[in-house]
Amino acid sequence: MSNTLLISLAVLGILGGILAVILYFVAQKFKVEENPLIDEAEACLPGANCGGCGFAGCRALAEACVKQAAEKGNIDGLACPGTDMGKVAAVLGLTAAAFEPKIAVVRCNGSCQNSPSKVHYEGADICAFANTLYAGKGGCSKGCLGLGDCVKKCNFDALHIDEETGLPVVDPDKCVGCGVCAKTCPRGIIEVRPRGKKDRRVYVCCSNTDKGALVVKNCSVGCIGCQKCLKECPFEAIEMRGNLAYIDPAKCKACGKCAKVCPRGSIHAVNFPAPKPEAPALQGAEPVAKPQPKPEAQPVEAKTNVESENTVIA
Amino acid sequence: MNPIKTFKKGGVHPEENKLSAELPIQDFPMPKQIIVPLGQCLGAPAECIVNKGDRVLTGQLIGTAKGFVSANVHSPATGTVAKVDVVMDHTGYYKPAVFIDREEQDEWVEGVIETDDLLTDIKLDSKQIIDKVKECGIVGMGGATFPTHVKMMVPEGKKAEYVIINAAECEPYLTCDYRLLLEKTQEFLMGVKIVMKGVGTEKGIIGIETNKMKAIELLEKTINEHKELYAGITVQPLKTKYPQGGEKQIIKAITGREVPSGKLPIETGCVVVNVASTYAIYEAVQKNKPLIERIVTVTGKSVKKPGNFRVRFGVPADLLIEAAGGLPEDITDVINGGPMMGKSVSVTNFPTMKGTSGILLMTLREAQDRRQTNCIRCGRCAGACPMGLQPFLLHKVAKQNDFDETEKNHIMDCIECGSCEYTCPANIPLLDYIRYGKAKTGAIIKARNQK
Repeated sequence: MSNTLLISLAVLGILGGILAVILYFVAQKFKVEENPLIDEAEACLPGANCGGCGFAGCRALAEACVKQAAEKGNIDGLACPGTDMGKVAAVLGLTAAAFEPKIAVVRCNGSCQNSPSKVHYEGADICAFANTLYAGKGGCSKGCLGLGDCVKKCNFDALHIDEETGLPVVDPDKCVGCGVCAKTCPRGIIEVRPRGKKDRRVYVCCSNTDKGALVVKNCSVGCIGCQKCLKECPFEAIEMRGNLAYIDPAKCKACGKCAKVCPRGSIHAVNFPAPKPEAPALQGAEPVAKPQPKPEAQPVEAKTNVESENTVIA
Repeated sequence: MNPIKTFKKGGVHPEENKLSAELPIQDFPMPKQIIVPLGQCLGAPAECIVNKGDRVLTGQLIGTAKGFVSANVHSPATGTVAKVDVVMDHTGYYKPAVFIDREEQDEWVEGVIETDDLLTDIKLDSKQIIDKVKECGIVGMGGATFPTHVKMMVPEGKKAEYVIINAAECEPYLTCDYRLLLEKTQEFLMGVKIVMKGVGTEKGIIGIETNKMKAIELLEKTINEHKELYAGITVQPLKTKYPQGGEKQIIKAITGREVPSGKLPIETGCVVVNVASTYAIYEAVQKNKPLIERIVTVTGKSVKKPGNFRVRFGVPADLLIEAAGGLPEDITDVINGGPMMGKSVSVTNFPTMKGTSGILLMTLREAQDRRQTNCIRCGRCAGACPMGLQPFLLHKVAKQNDFDETEKNHIMDCIECGSCEYTCPANIPLLDYIRYGKAKTGAIIKARNQK
């Protein structure tokens, strides 16, 4: 009994020793020389491998940075959306362009309250599939479907569906602005925008490019393309894309004037100081619809009784 | 009667529920305004060629086909164009459409022969027939709305041996094709002859399921009575089984040939045309009438007056529901098409189109999704799949967004018949995931081929 044990221990020990020696020489022979800078640069990156930079992962970006630094002497055009590239540049002995932190914004406010459900959906909970099947519960063909493809794709746990509104909400502390959600959304509702000075940003919370009359039918807070904001903006930062206003983040100075004139409350001004008692309401903190819908803006549909009972099954 | 044939792989037996089978076709009265969508076929929507204020005649061309897979659109009524705008189709999406304010008097466009007599003399030759079919905007009216002229153009190096007329009507509830066979038998048979001449073959086979014995007997009797006129046309009874009317299934059942994966039915030497399309081809070639109307079955278990209506395109579907006795109270689901392949609608006032074969009102008991549980690996879906695929596997890999695997497992061969979902004891929406995977995989393959 003890013999067997000893023999097996000896055999395994000798075998292990021989293999270790072989492995040592093989490792020496096939050693891959890697620039130690790559490891250092990688250490500056978040390591989430989100793919937001356009590379396969953080290491791939670090490699690209080292390569470009050696060839061209700069790291222009290579950027991790969530990190200050200055650190990487410092490792490589360079200076990087000023870092502008970004955040994803959901450009739809067609919540269960603002765009009430007309149909009931039963089927696969994939936005990309539902998008091919029907316009949406509220009837808006450009609005959020609320099935959470973006939530499933987020690598940073920064997106969640709000149970009350049925819309995805971005957690500003967790979002790094990698843009994976924006690429995932089948309707292109999510946009990655600069966080702005003092975290203040103004954006149009609607993606519907249809005519105003069609928007009003389905949603009480959708942009109708009235162009009031366009006229109000002192910096010419607002342009019309179809029947939808778009605020160019490069030109916008976050004055918040457009949000005040919007008759539909489609423009959201985030993180502005709380309004003074007599000043027009402007809510701070997270994106929340500003004015409440007027009664006449409620969706009017002759056959609501019929539609509300319909089911969409694939 | 010929011996009954069928396809071997898979298939299911849903309840037939052909409630409106014995109800004759009624002409549906036209409303004041009709809304004609420009995209009525698979492929690119037609390009509008009329403006606001124009007066259009019945049968006048209002939209020209754009691209190879596309079909012309004609005015279904006489009247003035009120506007060219968008209209919500059954999915709830806005699509371009022409709004026409109708006049009381129906005035046909020049060149149309207005007679109910049977015209047995085919004057056009093969090429002219296909051109006429194209000009008249005829599409596959079984629901897929694939332009028929594209189907009839046999590519070089291929030869069409058989024309197969798909009269299986395997979808439960629908009876529009059956009624057409009974009421327009001679016209239909002339249509078969025209298609045979168009594709250049002497053999025409009409495939009918055995639950339509009356139609089989009537067709056989008519062919025997006019042996010379309908030479080469035979009637093939098929077993009542879903999806017998699938293009690949009906070819397999009748000829025993299998369409190769990723190829068109012409590879097997068959051209398959639907009953309603065949009748439309007769009207187009012999009477010069473009496709502006079709038979729509409005049915459902609790519908008061189900029926088969001859409807001009552009009539809102809620008027049809109204004519069938209104929406019963226990209805939860309105379906455009049949219960197996049709799609639930988001709005009921969508305009009827070339592909609207039926409007089905489902009760809560029939339509509600039962509680979904986990896959128990019973394999029933694989047994039911008429294409020999493994739906449980496709569902799983599509859910994981693994599109290499979906392609390897031939997701593109899925005909979306829904047999898998019908049999699933765990009530998993298999077809939803497969459709999703199919769309994604198709896009990847297309992008790869373009490179």
